[in-house]
Amino acid sequence: MLKLYDKTFQSRLLLGTARYPSPLIMEEAIRSSRAEIVTVSLRREMAGHQQGSQFFEMIRALGVQILPNTAGCHSAREAILTAEMARDVFKTNWIKLEVICNHDTLAPDVFGLVEAAKSLCANGFEVFPYTTDDLGVAEQLMRAGCKVLMPWAAPIGSARGPVNPSALKSMRGYFPEIVLIVDAGLGRPSHAMQVMEWGYDAVLLNTAVAGAGDPVAMASAFAAATDAGHKAYEAGMLEPRDMAVPSTPIIGQAVFS
Amino acid sequence: MKIIINGETRETSAKTLANLLADLDYEGEWLATAVNGELVQSATRTKYRLADGDRIEILSPMQGG
Repeated sequence: MLKLYDKTFQSRLLLGTARYPSPLIMEEAIRSSRAEIVTVSLRREMAGHQQGSQFFEMIRALGVQILPNTAGCHSAREAILTAEMARDVFKTNWIKLEVICNHDTLAPDVFGLVEAAKSLCANGFEVFPYTTDDLGVAEQLMRAGCKVLMPWAAPIGSARGPVNPSALKSMRGYFPEIVLIVDAGLGRPSHAMQVMEWGYDAVLLNTAVAGAGDPVAMASAFAAATDAGHKAYEAGMLEPRDMAVPSTPIIGQAVFS
Repeated sequence: MKIIINGETRETSAKTLANLLADLDYEGEWLATAVNGELVQSATRTKYRLADGDRIEILSPMQGG
């Protein structure tokens, strides 16, 4: 079971709701992924359009946990206000905290992130910070009150997979207790399986599924890979070695010469 | 009076934020509002009195990653 703050979940895959070819495909992909948590955002609503309501009614009908984000915020102040507005609409203390420092890489602004996390945690939010794999930043986020950390594997939407495996493995090893979710940059099911084999608690995906040729089938593939990686981690994998080890017992082997 | 709604300057005679939303056909419970960079909770919109030059943000749920 995956425990996030005071809630528990069977699925270890969190899914975004953006960039699908159609709302219907998004809905089917969420079901196919077996995700119990989906991310949503807030954007300006045009008078008389009710686009937001239509979208959100569709999500609500799926019965999943909502994780609102602060995507697009470039300062702690913007992120804090967006989080407060999200709490007013979605009636949840959960917030996926994003404070972005660079338009091209969409890298987290770790200074703004820590500042916003301190304020939000103090105001009763349960914060899911989108962060780097820097251990010092992670410690500051934990000190701020975050019980979950979400390091990136690679830039958002890049589909590159873990670009710094040793840093992600160090983070898992250094913080064995805190919930770690790889957020951003995964492109293939094998990437998800890899980080789960390293002991990550869950993965958060969007573009890898929404941008696939068949998002519904890809959602299912990621679900299977995430499960397989987690089971393998729990089962205890062999460490690689250089020389062969016979799998068939040698004792009792016939001698023909 | 003149106010700014989602970056667009408008004239309004609405006294409160709730009146303004109704005048502009903003409907439904899935709206979030802020005035001059501060949250105005949905429950307090009927009491929130608008002033000339107010900057109002009206947001709603949207797809996100």
